[in-house]
Amino acid sequence: MSKIGLIISREYFTRVKKKSFLLTTILVPLVIMAFYAIIIVIAVKGGADKQSIAVIDNAGLFTDSVAPKSKNMEFTFIKYETESSFINKYKAQGYQSFLYIAHIDSGYVLHSQSSVSLTTTSALEKIINKQIEAKRMQAQGIDPAKYNSIAADVSVENTIDTKEGGKKSVAGVAYAVSFACGMLIYMMMIIYGTQVMRGVMEEKTNRIAEVIISSVKPFQLMMGKILGIGAVGLTQFAIWIILIFGLQMVIPLIFPDLLHQLNDVSQAGDKASMIATTLQGLSSLPILKIVISFFFYFLAGYLTYASLFAAIGSVVSEDQQEAQQLMFPILMPIILGFVIMTKAINEPNSSLAVFGSLFPLTSPIVMMGRITYDVPIWQLALSVVLLIGCFFLFTWITGKIYRTGILMYGKKPSWKEMMKWAFKKS
Amino acid sequence: MTLLEIKNLKKYYATQKAVDDISFKIEQGSIFGLLGPNGAGKTTLLRMITGIFYPDSGDILFNGKRFDPLNDTKEIGYMPEERGLYKKMKIGEQALYLAQLKGLSKAEAQVKVKEWFVKFEMQSWWNKKVEDLSKGMSQKLQFVTTVLHNPKLIILDEPFSGLDPVNANLIKEEIFNLAQTGSTIIFSTHRMEQVEEICDHIILLNKGQKILDGTVNNVKQDFKENLYSIGAQILPEHLMTHIFEVVKHQPDKLLIKLLYDTKPNDVLNFFIAQGISINSFNEVMPSLNDIFIKLVEGTDNARQFQKVQ
Repeated sequence: MSKIGLIISREYFTRVKKKSFLLTTILVPLVIMAFYAIIIVIAVKGGADKQSIAVIDNAGLFTDSVAPKSKNMEFTFIKYETESSFINKYKAQGYQSFLYIAHIDSGYVLHSQSSVSLTTTSALEKIINKQIEAKRMQAQGIDPAKYNSIAADVSVENTIDTKEGGKKSVAGVAYAVSFACGMLIYMMMIIYGTQVMRGVMEEKTNRIAEVIISSVKPFQLMMGKILGIGAVGLTQFAIWIILIFGLQMVIPLIFPDLLHQLNDVSQAGDKASMIATTLQGLSSLPILKIVISFFFYFLAGYLTYASLFAAIGSVVSEDQQEAQQLMFPILMPIILGFVIMTKAINEPNSSLAVFGSLFPLTSPIVMMGRITYDVPIWQLALSVVLLIGCFFLFTWITGKIYRTGILMYGKKPSWKEMMKWAFKKS
Repeated sequence: MTLLEIKNLKKYYATQKAVDDISFKIEQGSIFGLLGPNGAGKTTLLRMITGIFYPDSGDILFNGKRFDPLNDTKEIGYMPEERGLYKKMKIGEQALYLAQLKGLSKAEAQVKVKEWFVKFEMQSWWNKKVEDLSKGMSQKLQFVTTVLHNPKLIILDEPFSGLDPVNANLIKEEIFNLAQTGSTIIFSTHRMEQVEEICDHIILLNKGQKILDGTVNNVKQDFKENLYSIGAQILPEHLMTHIFEVVKHQPDKLLIKLLYDTKPNDVLNFFIAQGISINSFNEVMPSLNDIFIKLVEGTDNARQFQKVQ
């Protein structure tokens, strides 16, 4: 095996064999799946417990014959009580809250021991408004059935025109996928970048660096570390993808009627139909393009930043604080990329988003924010070329800083000194 | 046969002439002492010999050919002064890894590592981690990883620091063994008594320049001050003579310095003529320690920063 291969395999296997690697790699998708499961359960079961609400209807808005119906609320009409007389009793009688209606046009008060959730009040408002409207229609002599046939409720559907014909845009799903990809790259770049830095610092503080670079070139040691840790990241992604697909295959086997149930509910409930839309939206996305760009931007972005992190690791000594200080200017563009990405999802073709997805220090994150929308091919190509160019430039410069820094002990060099090392002729 | 030849080697840093025009030769199978005070340029010199640094000018000839860092490093074992190991890695794996980096195949490395572990009674360490070892133990491991690929040239920078006398002896014996089987050893240290014991040939560096070069014996001959110690039963208070002067007078022992071109026999004749019976008569050779201090003392203690043009 070549020397760089040896270094890569050492870096790779010492990390992959660690228990913590196995733990995070398997736990993370499980947590994500559990999260999905909870969402599905909520959608199927219909949310929180039923609330029982007492109603004192002085205005005669509701009559027993038209008792309001709601999935989450159960109403009981209380007679022969006043607001002030009942206020001390409703708790003891098992009601979470009680609604007092003083007058039909105003004076609706919901009494409760603790504050009531926004969904409850808005659901309540909806019921009351509907009832008031019904009363008023009756007073005006309008037939409710006629009114319903007049009332309009449309939603606007966005269709994107491509050569293959129109296709449905599912903005919400595209948004979520873009955000998740950008976020993952952002996190992975920081997590694996700092791992590279730590690894270099370890070699320096353990004093093994000099032993090793008497056998291999410093550049081989640096690249071996970067590539080995990058391979760990790819392994992690691969395991996640396998696990997620695996679970998707397994879940229907364990709960055969889950999908069936979902379909049933999707005809009725709001949330479940959202899941159906999500599935439909996912299938409408260019999955292959997203996966390929994700791996490319993760790798290229990681490689570009990893060499910077390696250079930092090589110039600091034991002091963690020094490392933090030097890391700051490198984290800045990563964070900036994240901020631009959140904007780019909403406005994928704004000039800021275009700039961010071309500028190599932010493009790995920002481009993922735009990838679910149609990015012009020239922008994609330019971004790839710039990023690869930037990777070579950074590696060339940081390789020189690393070579000098790894053998220096004692005081942290200044930026000026580091620049001198970087541009010194070898 | 000359294994390593250094010709007019120079390496200047921004504020220091770390290695300033140094030349010397090392014979194969010899143990070569590289001496010098802190900051004399030893580490820089060693780093150039191991291919870590490139010299600004000058030549390094290894095995008769121009030194090629890429291919020749497998013939070199370097144990730097700033040394260490991966703390979290198992000892056996670590030794294998370092041997493979030197160019051994996995199978070869396995054989060699086992062989050395048996030799140093380290078999039981295989699955331990370096963080479990004492300083002396990890020092031993470090030595093994330096020499196990059978290098032609072994460079040891302060190899005995942190070792107890028993382990230091073990390593010393091994250094002699390696030299006998044809390895050449460069030994860099501040500990002069070890140099006298081990080295054949030494050079002394100060401020980036070579100020002394020769075998241990020759160097001592060059720096001897014609001192002799004489032991006798009874010595008179005053010895009237012009052939030597008394440096130190003890009741039964004299330290004298011969004057002009007096021969030792003249001294003996003088005492015999005086009727003084002599028990012992020895030439007093300077220790390397004395020579080192004499040569280095008087120059600035530490290196000063200087302008390099």
